[in-house]
Amino acid sequence: MKIQSLLLGAVAATALAPAAFAERGSDGHVNIIYWQAPSILNPFLSGGTKDIESASLVIEPLGRYDPNGALVPFLAEEIPTVANGGVSEDLTSITWKLKSGLKWSDGSAVTSADVKFTAEYCMHPEGGCAQLAKFDGVESVEVVDDLTVKVMFNEPKPNPYGPFMGGQSPIIQAAQFADCLGAKAPECTDANFAPIGTGPFVVDEFKPNDVISMSANPNYRDPAKPAFATLTFKGGGDATAAGRAVLETGEFDYAWNLQLAPDVLAKMAEGGKGTPIAAFGSLVERLEMNMTDPSPDLDADTRSTVKAPHPFLSDINVRKALSMAIDRNLLVEVGYGQAGRPTCNLVPGPAVYASDNTDCLTQDIAGANKMLDDAGWAMGSDGVRAKDGVRLSILYQTSTNAVRQDFQALIKQWWSEIGVETELRNLNASVFFGGDPGSPDTYQKFYADVEMYANNFDGTDPQAYLSMYRCGNEPKPESQWQGENINRFCDPAYDKLIDELGRTSDLETRYKLAKQMNEMLTKESYTIIPLVDRGRVSAHSNTLGGVVLNTWDSELWNASDWHRVK
Amino acid sequence: MTEQDQKIEALQDAVPTDPPHSQWKDVWDQFRKHKGALMGGSFLLLITLAVLIGEYVWTIDPQKLDIRNKDVRPIYTAIWNGDAKVQWAHPLGTDNLGRDALANLIVGGRTSMAVGWVAMILALSIGTTIGVLAGYFRRLDGPLMRFTDLVLSLPILPLLLVAVTLFREQLRATFGPETGMFILIVGVVGVTSWMQTARIVRSEILALKEREFIVAARSIGTTPGAIIRRHLLPNVISPIMVSATLGLAIAIITESALSFLGVGFPPDFPTWGKMLADAVPRMDQFPERVMLPGLAISLTVLSVNYLGDGLRDALDPRIRGR
Amino acid sequence: MLTFTIRRLILAVPTLLFISLVIFLLLELAPGDPMAQVPLTVPPEVKEKMREALGLGEPLHVRYWKWVVQFFWIEPQVMFDNMFGTTFAEGKQRILSWQTRSPVMDMVAQRLPQTLWVVGMSYIVGILIALPIGIYSAYRQYSVFDQSGTFITMIGFSIPPFFTGPLLIMVFAVQLGWFPSVYDTTHVVNDWDSFVVQLRQMIMPVMVLALQTTAQISRFMRASMLDNLNQDYVRTARAKGLPENIVVLVHVLRNSMIPVVTAIALGIPGIFGGAIITEVVFKVNGIGDQLLNALFANDLPSVQTLTFMIAVLIVVFNLIADVLYGVLDPRIRYD
Repeated sequence: MKIQSLLLGAVAATALAPAAFAERGSDGHVNIIYWQAPSILNPFLSGGTKDIESASLVIEPLGRYDPNGALVPFLAEEIPTVANGGVSEDLTSITWKLKSGLKWSDGSAVTSADVKFTAEYCMHPEGGCAQLAKFDGVESVEVVDDLTVKVMFNEPKPNPYGPFMGGQSPIIQAAQFADCLGAKAPECTDANFAPIGTGPFVVDEFKPNDVISMSANPNYRDPAKPAFATLTFKGGGDATAAGRAVLETGEFDYAWNLQLAPDVLAKMAEGGKGTPIAAFGSLVERLEMNMTDPSPDLDADTRSTVKAPHPFLSDINVRKALSMAIDRNLLVEVGYGQAGRPTCNLVPGPAVYASDNTDCLTQDIAGANKMLDDAGWAMGSDGVRAKDGVRLSILYQTSTNAVRQDFQALIKQWWSEIGVETELRNLNASVFFGGDPGSPDTYQKFYADVEMYANNFDGTDPQAYLSMYRCGNEPKPESQWQGENINRFCDPAYDKLIDELGRTSDLETRYKLAKQMNEMLTKESYTIIPLVDRGRVSAHSNTLGGVVLNTWDSELWNASDWHRVK
Repeated sequence: MTEQDQKIEALQDAVPTDPPHSQWKDVWDQFRKHKGALMGGSFLLLITLAVLIGEYVWTIDPQKLDIRNKDVRPIYTAIWNGDAKVQWAHPLGTDNLGRDALANLIVGGRTSMAVGWVAMILALSIGTTIGVLAGYFRRLDGPLMRFTDLVLSLPILPLLLVAVTLFREQLRATFGPETGMFILIVGVVGVTSWMQTARIVRSEILALKEREFIVAARSIGTTPGAIIRRHLLPNVISPIMVSATLGLAIAIITESALSFLGVGFPPDFPTWGKMLADAVPRMDQFPERVMLPGLAISLTVLSVNYLGDGLRDALDPRIRGR
Repeated sequence: MLTFTIRRLILAVPTLLFISLVIFLLLELAPGDPMAQVPLTVPPEVKEKMREALGLGEPLHVRYWKWVVQFFWIEPQVMFDNMFGTTFAEGKQRILSWQTRSPVMDMVAQRLPQTLWVVGMSYIVGILIALPIGIYSAYRQYSVFDQSGTFITMIGFSIPPFFTGPLLIMVFAVQLGWFPSVYDTTHVVNDWDSFVVQLRQMIMPVMVLALQTTAQISRFMRASMLDNLNQDYVRTARAKGLPENIVVLVHVLRNSMIPVVTAIALGIPGIFGGAIITEVVFKVNGIGDQLLNALFANDLPSVQTLTFMIAVLIVVFNLIADVLYGVLDPRIRYD
């Protein structure tokens, strides 16, 4: 009997083993299209989303965020917390344990030395690492044993999941990058173009700004995955063409970030070859109010700086009226469809951080008019309100993008109904979002009254995001117009909350503080007028299975689970 | 009436009854014979009038949004599709925000035509001047042609961004946002598209100036200015005409590409090129939105082309006599 | 003619150096920042560090000098090394793109074949169609052929490629499914079948580009032929009994070629520059696509190198055109 069961077991094992092996690569080829082409496969040298996401197929972090924003271990055995002893009580260190038996795609073992090296690589003072902020406050990284590594912080970190967490800070192989530290980093073209990783795929050929050919990693930790033997990652073109290639012609299996008008996307989906999918993260399209005077009559040291308060936007009634006049539901309908939700929050998610602030969702033009009347802004004969010789005439700028121009047209119309005159301006995105202090058109310089763009935060913790609005953190001539407090908002009470949030580790208190700060910026001061909580729309072909859209990490986070639906 | 009188009458030379007519009358007579040119000319006149006074006839505000009446199809779609959403209030339909297409075509046409003509004339005058000078005066040939090479190799996008950075504030302050941007765009398009004309005119002049009639003109002491005006320019008119037609189209399209890149007119300022570019993603659902501005550009260019053909024939004395 | 060519070639060197300086200064003056595509979530201090790592902290003249040395001294060595397996350039700093941190020239070498295939082919196709159309339209001026040719070419010319490209994709890729809408740059031609695949993916971009070329060249050809057909020498040639085809195709054609040669020569640098919009629409990874990418990313070393290479071609082809004038019209003398 015993022998028989042993034999059976052996038969079963031999029968199963080939089956398991046959799984890897059994589904042939998969095609991915990103309309922005990847330039480099080393996320530490480029902050671009396209580069981070394409690299996420090859190199992996210790842990990732899942579609709900929860932390899941990848290379790590488990996510360290205070409860399981991985994070020290005083919040000054975090200890990660690697899974045992992990191998790089070249067959060598993954050790804690690689993790330590990754930190050294990014923290090198001459390296110009794009993800340096992830390593903010890291004092040292210590190797405890082959599989254990301990990160020490120079102060208590309520959120210790900066380094080695998420697509932005994956682990790179020490052996491959040993000679690429600091100023030498860009010279290691071969390593930057084909990093050796632990992910489901390995790079066969990389044509920068064009296409990557990959094949399944023979040493991937799950012997049954990935299901695809080869993968083509094509980049370039525009969102329309990418959507068409998946939804209408079926040439590609997955298209990333289809920023298309809802009617265009719906029409494409009728092609029947694929399905659009949407998920929400923390990206909010918003109007930023300039609290300082951008008038060209002022000299360069005063224009758009705190020295000159804005002639009319410093009046909260005006800002509130501007917000009340906007019909956010219509904006969503016109611009985003299923990929957008009207919002009044700067922090729209994760749900625990989102305030239940919904006052702004109904448009109230009559109310806005009445409020302006009461505040003394009298309607002039030209249909523009004025008070003490100051006319409500707004210069409203944004980057060039079809949806943003539609928004501009709609908002201009609503504002004209409350007696506000609007001049529109659209700017080239590479100038607008660039930080060139010589250009008058950057979003930091803010030589306009109102500007519109979208911003979000990395991961699930909004602390750094909310800390941007600290007094003195505004772009100004002395700081070469670098700074994150775009509105030039300044409130000592708010600064106190920033400090408090930095000290608090209790999650419930953190949620409460974040909500309070969010409300101070939005419904209490109307410094920021959020418009739309923008989701991500991507599309996959009907024959591609296993896709779970994730907005908190790389979209390709679970590419090892992708398979062909027969 | 006697027989002799008749004889004498027959013998008499026909006295010219008309007063001696000017060269320009000949030109006009020849031009009139050219049907294509007449049609092109009148169509151009029509379209110019339409964009100039159309605003007073069709009084809908082109920027007026009417979201309930969005995506209205042009009235003619009702012929083959009874269910189509059509309205007499919007004979050419509306866009995705409910802006009236006809009003936009009229206002957009004015900008496009103005940009096209001014930029084309600017490019043509720079190009012809440089081409003639380089071709005729050997000493100027080297420097001017190397300058042409230089301008040819400048990338247009950074050039525009520089121009915007340097001049937009002043122009906006002096002329207002729209006119200021107009001057900037016309200037940049004009300044970056004269090189082909210059090179072609130069190449023709190089060949012409060795011809006998020029040598003859020079030998009787005609001044270079007069040679250029009276003898050379009339002979290079045909490549100039071709450049003009192509230049008009190029200017209108370049303007749309500029708006597309975010360095053109403000977004609430329609032009044909921009309407065309904006409509491309929806062209399978609403083909009229690309067809109408596309047709407007094409027909304008086509009519300028025919007009140019007729003018060239009319101005060519060799053809005119026949 | 030979001395003229040599003199012009020698003169071209300072001209090109000056052009490179002007391009460099223009790019410096233009607003823009290589960090524009880095997400807003990356804090400004980190961006500043990244800029320093790109070498942006150094003064202007140092950066220009570095580029000149790299372009005129190191890159030729690399080319030499690649051809003969030598190691002159080993360890020397090449021109690195800010975007990919890899040598710009490697990318050019990778992309040039696609551009030559697609854009070059379309140029040849366009000229081959344009010349007969231009000649015949002029010979039979105002005939039905001439009128319809004029009509079609002018419509083709006045409709921009950002419209014709998607239109062709709509019709032939989406509706009919004949051709792929995305150019496969990893495709290798090694037998008849793969050649057919290559042809199929090339047809649409070639058609779009050829339409533009055809329109332009045929207009110049026609106008120039018309000028010459009425000249006295044509009457003389006919009067002395030469066959009509010799009169038109030898005497008139040769004299009409001067403006056409100029237009063609002016267009050739454009081939190497790629057809920017068409390459983007069909996702052909050519030089035009590279230039546009670099422009949007403010990748100055790439933009500088690419525009300068196009400038070299412009100067060279204008020289070739000048020499050709002399061949076509022996009366033109530069000496």
